Amino acid sequence: MESKLHISVSPHIRSKRNTRNIMLDVILSLLPATAAGIVLFGGSAVAVVVTCIAAAVLSEGFFNLIIKKEQTVNDLSAVVTGLLLALNLPANIPLWQAVIGSVFAIVIVKCFFGGIGCNVVNPAITGRVFMLIAFGSMAQAAFPVDSASAATPLVELSQGNVPDLLELFLGKNGGAIGETSVLALLIGGIYLLARGVISWHLPVAYIGTVFLFTLAVQGDLTVTLAYIFSGGLFIGAIFMATDYVTSPSTPAGKLIFGIGAGVITVLIRLWGNYPEGVSFAILLMNILNPFIEKWTPRKLFGGKKA
Amino acid sequence: MAFSLHGVHLPHRKNTADTAAVAMETPKTVTLPMGMHIGAPAVPVVKVGDHVDVGTLVAEQNGAISSPVYASVSGTVKAIVEQLQVNGRKLPAVVIESDGANTPDPAIAPPTVTNQEELVEAIRKSGIVGLGGAGFPTYVKFKVDPAKVEALIINGAECEPYITSDSLTMTQRADEMADALRALETHLGIKKVIIGIENNKKSAIAKMKELANADPCVQVVTLPAVYPQGGEKVLVYHTTGKVIPAGKLPLDVGCIVVNCTTLACIGQYLKTGMPLVDKCITVDGSAVKEPKNVIVPIGTAMEEVFAFCGGFKEEPGKVLYGGPMMGVAVADLSAPVLKNTNAILAFDQKDAVAGKETACIRCGACYNHCPFGINPVALEKAYREGDAEAMEKAGADVCMECGCCAFICPANRPLVQNNKLAKVALRDARAAAKEKEDQK
Repeated sequence: MESKLHISVSPHIRSKRNTRNIMLDVILSLLPATAAGIVLFGGSAVAVVVTCIAAAVLSEGFFNLIIKKEQTVNDLSAVVTGLLLALNLPANIPLWQAVIGSVFAIVIVKCFFGGIGCNVVNPAITGRVFMLIAFGSMAQAAFPVDSASAATPLVELSQGNVPDLLELFLGKNGGAIGETSVLALLIGGIYLLARGVISWHLPVAYIGTVFLFTLAVQGDLTVTLAYIFSGGLFIGAIFMATDYVTSPSTPAGKLIFGIGAGVITVLIRLWGNYPEGVSFAILLMNILNPFIEKWTPRKLFGGKKA
Repeated sequence: MAFSLHGVHLPHRKNTADTAAVAMETPKTVTLPMGMHIGAPAVPVVKVGDHVDVGTLVAEQNGAISSPVYASVSGTVKAIVEQLQVNGRKLPAVVIESDGANTPDPAIAPPTVTNQEELVEAIRKSGIVGLGGAGFPTYVKFKVDPAKVEALIINGAECEPYITSDSLTMTQRADEMADALRALETHLGIKKVIIGIENNKKSAIAKMKELANADPCVQVVTLPAVYPQGGEKVLVYHTTGKVIPAGKLPLDVGCIVVNCTTLACIGQYLKTGMPLVDKCITVDGSAVKEPKNVIVPIGTAMEEVFAFCGGFKEEPGKVLYGGPMMGVAVADLSAPVLKNTNAILAFDQKDAVAGKETACIRCGACYNHCPFGINPVALEKAYREGDAEAMEKAGADVCMECGCCAFICPANRPLVQNNKLAKVALRDARAAAKEKEDQK
């Protein structure tokens, strides 16, 4: 039969959401934190951001080219990985280390496992943890020009000093490029919630757990607030832990993931060898994710067929 | 009820809302397929050359779940052909050449109905099937022990985009609906009637509230315009709070669900005795010049109906029976309007092709938007691995193919197609397991 009509299974209309515009939303939501990082840390922050994004995109592009896989750089997910990794690095990091970290995140963590949607752990987080262990320079945090302290707030806190809460909230303290300004991260988080890209469950469970656990141990509200405004908690809880591929799909699963990550973060921060535990916490929960998914299925309406 | 079932917000595109239905001129020929309903195909009782009038029986029902077919024009039986149906089955179809006179069959008279049995028989003879799209022979739903029926639910949700023919029924045919309800209340002892309507149909809600004011059994429930509000199990849950178990029917929880147009047609039949021979359908879509609601003799070729609506803006790329979420694509514009057709839509080339399929990013949107909690990603994996147990666990049996998962998927994955394949694979696996069991 000669028919020019398309035949396909229903539905015949699709929503406007696609992978690319979801990734674009994530990039837009990270712009306030990126801008804050550039204002606080200056030109070297720009260099790190540009280097990481370029290295991430180029390594994914070349990888696909070499193994003759369909090109996927247009979906913008490599840009997200590069940007997230950059925001988790100190501004004074040598650029060659930033390149190696980005290539590691994209090629080893993402492409080797099958590309977008197939990675087992979050590429940016894993890239950061790799760099933390491989390069000593990661421990040397950068500081804003007008920073009052020469130690990161978590180090200050471990020594019994409580930094100014407003300064912490705005981000005028030492740390990675994109992690210091809680205000900028919150603006991005609200954007993601409003656009329906993420749901509240995971970030609220994560930050809430860190808050309650820290308060229970420290017993002081100001100290507790200083803890949750410090380090990578907000960027981790809002932007890294919520990565679709490596976090649970159901609300119950997201809550469990958030609580688990919160507990591990506090354990590392207060009793571990590292001042900060967000990356390790998310990485560990990434590994547990398949189990959480298994434990938290949605209930089938009407149950199974009798 | 504790929670509303999940679903998706769709663009409504009810372009033809609140416009009067226009009757189409009589077509030169009509083609009446024998399978316009769920169940055994009807069997032709006319021969080539026979004269028929409007409402003359051309095919008798065959078996317990089936439905008779009547001539929708007066004229001569020109041929009985084998016709390919959209489901891939070939079935006979009676082709009638119209004499243009539209003479009603002189034998037609209102049925005498004094009890349930006569009412069920009248509905059977009317040839009415589920007009919301499913096409299940309506009389079967009423061939029940009246004691088991707690509520009759009238489906006026009309949750598919574009379609407005049910809204039009509610605003224009309330009297016929009321007549049918009276008969059902009297002969089946139905004491509770719930009319469920999505809240974007203001005039239908107003009209149905008038009907409810005149009949103490009837209540109108306004539902949020979230697709698939008109799905049978969804509607029963949202109007009564009752959960129909997997593989069961509304009657298992004391409900009968009937589409509002089906109800109006029952009312019309009881009053006039004229069986189901025409249908008000919505004609719309991006390729249609003048979208409208048209009253069409059943069996009219789609292309003639589109021509009546000003033809196409451009050559259509996709043509559907029904709405864009659950409608069926047709390959041939000569396909006839069926009993259960509530809309025919034609889309331009741009709207005809879905975006490119990309890798699943495990966003969970399909899973979280499924009204019934099915995990389409797990189901896809289980199907690929041929794992029957995992397919069952992911919810293959529960899927009503509403399309929320595929609609929302940012990677354009063909999830409904997968679910359909999984259902078949699961059925085959069960049959094979049973055979193995029997051999022991």
